[in-house]
Amino acid sequence: MTAADKQFPPPPILTHPSASPPILVTQGAEGRLYKTTHLLPTLPCALKYRPPKPYRHPALDARLTRARISAEAKVLERCWREGVPVPAVHAMDAAAGWLAMEWIEGVPVRVAINAWLGDAEGEAAPTNEKQEEDLVDLMRRIGEAVGKLHKTGVVHGDLTTSNMMLRPRGSGTPANGEPEAATQDGRAKALEGEVVLIDFGLATQSMSDEDRAVDLYVLERAFASTHPRAERLFGAILDQYKTTFKKAPSVLAKLEDVRMRGRKRSMLG
Amino acid sequence: MTLERIQLEHVPANIRIYATLFRDVANADFLHSQLLARNPDFEYAFVDASSVISRFHLLSAVYAAVNALVTGSLRTPNVHSEIVVSLNVNNNIADAYRRWGIAPGKTKDLIVVKVVAAPEGAASTGTASSPARTAQEPDDEQQSLWTHLATHVQGTPSDLTDANLAPLTDWSKVRKYYRLNGVPALAGCKDGEEKRRQEEKLAVMGMALKGL
Ligand SMILES: Nc1ncnc2c1ncn2[C@@H]1O[C@H](COP(=O)(O)OP(=O)(O)O)[C@@H](O)[C@H]1O
Ligand SMILES: [Mg+2]
Repeated sequence: MTAADKQFPPPPILTHPSASPPILVTQGAEGRLYKTTHLLPTLPCALKYRPPKPYRHPALDARLTRARISAEAKVLERCWREGVPVPAVHAMDAAAGWLAMEWIEGVPVRVAINAWLGDAEGEAAPTNEKQEEDLVDLMRRIGEAVGKLHKTGVVHGDLTTSNMMLRPRGSGTPANGEPEAATQDGRAKALEGEVVLIDFGLATQSMSDEDRAVDLYVLERAFASTHPRAERLFGAILDQYKTTFKKAPSVLAKLEDVRMRGRKRSMLG
Repeated sequence: MTLERIQLEHVPANIRIYATLFRDVANADFLHSQLLARNPDFEYAFVDASSVISRFHLLSAVYAAVNALVTGSLRTPNVHSEIVVSLNVNNNIADAYRRWGIAPGKTKDLIVVKVVAAPEGAASTGTASSPARTAQEPDDEQQSLWTHLATHVQGTPSDLTDANLAPLTDWSKVRKYYRLNGVPALAGCKDGEEKRRQEEKLAVMGMALKGL
């Protein structure tokens, strides 16, 4: 047992033998994400686990955990069926609080963008138009993914660049994990790949313009704080969102209202 | 012997899984009658191969059933019936037997799965990296299971490989059972191999969600 295991005892399912030990990727407020294997040593999977909350009544806790794991799995399945790029569900035991899904190769979009921007900073010449075009192109792919998501009647609830993966093209099979940013060629490739949406723990089924606009607003704020140097390109996300999703105009109109409220709120402190 | 021991990830060391395939089975009626009679010598999961897509598909059901066994949440009398029900997209047991179970007069190609749960602690010391878990198990368990199957199943023993399973799949049935027709995600998908993989994922998702 490692120190991490003591601090965060693994779910019972992960205490059974596997070819390689599970890796704790993140420990969030609500749950944990392990990288492990499913069925075969060669099939990597992401296992989301919601541990019991000792401060909640056990019966209530069990019910909430079960409902949340089921809800997340259900949204993933729905999105996947509709062609929204999300991880496929491999298995689930809602009562035990876990959900095993396809492991998405690559890095979170946040990491890819920051690696790319960080690189640009280190360079003698400022980012030229051609290079900026790479970033704009990634923004379009994000806009397309979000547009597809909203089209299916799902709002994400926590759209940030940490909750999107950038999957290298043609990586159905195990591949590299780190973003390539070291070489010129690597830099050009750093923003390549397919945007895959993850983390549907707060997702809901909704067709409301307001809910959709809040999704976009959350993403916009996330960009402003995580990638201030990329914020001015946010328009590219919305442009592509409009192209992908027919009902975008009314959502974007609502987005104006949501921004306004946001500004008022921040003025009030 | 085509009966293989299958080691799945995250299965307790005291649980051993065996499986094989028989083609052109001539005595499905007899095998079915043994299940009906609850003959304890026939505690197997008999799965009609025409309703199975691939090894991954089958193993997903086996894993779900073993997990239910381990966590004490079986919905059916035992782990073998649980395998059959795990292939279904809902909890309707009769339906599952009709679709995935052995059908007298119909089943031609048969997958057989056997799950042995040794007493807890008997072989529970192993991790994947230690050979302990294979050291203590009865060497002849696999052999005696095989002898029993080879004696009672009249068919051609075959390896349980994707290559052997693929030609046996009745896709019109499978597409119906897993609601694979008219799925938007498959719309732009032409390439046969790629489409199969997508359909397999959808089927497995349907099983995992159980109609939620
Ligand atoms: N399917 C997946 N494939 C690869 N990595 C994943 C997957 N799901 C999550 N991750 C990684 O784990 C992190 C946390 O997962 P997430 O679902 O966002 O949970 P949380 O609710 O803790 O934010 C993600 O930011 C990502 O780096
Ligand atoms: Mg997250």
